[in-house]
Amino acid sequence: MNIYAIESENDVIGARHFIRDLVKEKGFGLIDQTRLTTITSELVRNIVLYAGKGQVLAYDVMNGSTNGIKIEFKDSGPGIQDIEQAMQDGYTTKGGLGAGLPGSKRLSDEFYIESESGKGTKITVIKWLKA
Amino acid sequence: MEKTPILKFGDTLIVSIQTELHDKAASRLQEDILNQVQKNNSQAVVIDVSSLEIVDSFIGRMLSNTAEMAALMHASVILVGISPAVSITLVELGLNLGGVKTALDLESAMELLQNDKASFFGSEKLDSQADNADEISKDAS
Repeated sequence: MNIYAIESENDVIGARHFIRDLVKEKGFGLIDQTRLTTITSELVRNIVLYAGKGQVLAYDVMNGSTNGIKIEFKDSGPGIQDIEQAMQDGYTTKGGLGAGLPGSKRLSDEFYIESESGKGTKITVIKWLKA
Repeated sequence: MEKTPILKFGDTLIVSIQTELHDKAASRLQEDILNQVQKNNSQAVVIDVSSLEIVDSFIGRMLSNTAEMAALMHASVILVGISPAVSITLVELGLNLGGVKTALDLESAMELLQNDKASFFGSEKLDSQADNADEISKDAS
């Protein structure tokens, strides 16, 4: 398991490098590297914008003989009030583009949101290595 | 924080984004570009993003907004150097850069601008191109 702490806006780029290096080393192709780096940029910006601080955790995962990476984006911020609404293209409460969550889901193989009002949010992204 | 240089080439501005931009740096670059358009009475801005490993929704929006803003000042923006990986990611993210002109590289962007100018000013430019065409066909024969 690898971990990267999010403390300020500057960590958007830092976390991107952290994930890009990991997935490159794991053998993901250029396009999947770009997808995962972009997801990281979107979700870490959300952490900075909505919660201020958080963590990115990366795990190796296996499904049968397929290797993959699981990345968790965690914060102890206000949580997402209405996840269904947040997953709609163009919906934002902070004047953003509203592309971050639904876009990141489209860039992932698996995508899960757990959020509790007042306690925080955990978004899990999984990407499998194509043989 | 490094500043992205804006180069002037005739009535065109050339901006090559060489380093990853923090959000604040991206917003500053947008203002810098518009200020330079006004200062130099520029007709076009070519923005080269070939050095960027990713274009996320923030940078994507900054680029399309810059194109819209420049258009209000009668300057057109051409985005060059979008890689296959960035192009795939932008579409999957759901970002619509439909209104932004693009070219594969700087050279094609400059050709595009030349052609736009030729069709705008009409005869003069086209005549000189026709002369060239004559010479080429003479050479060929």
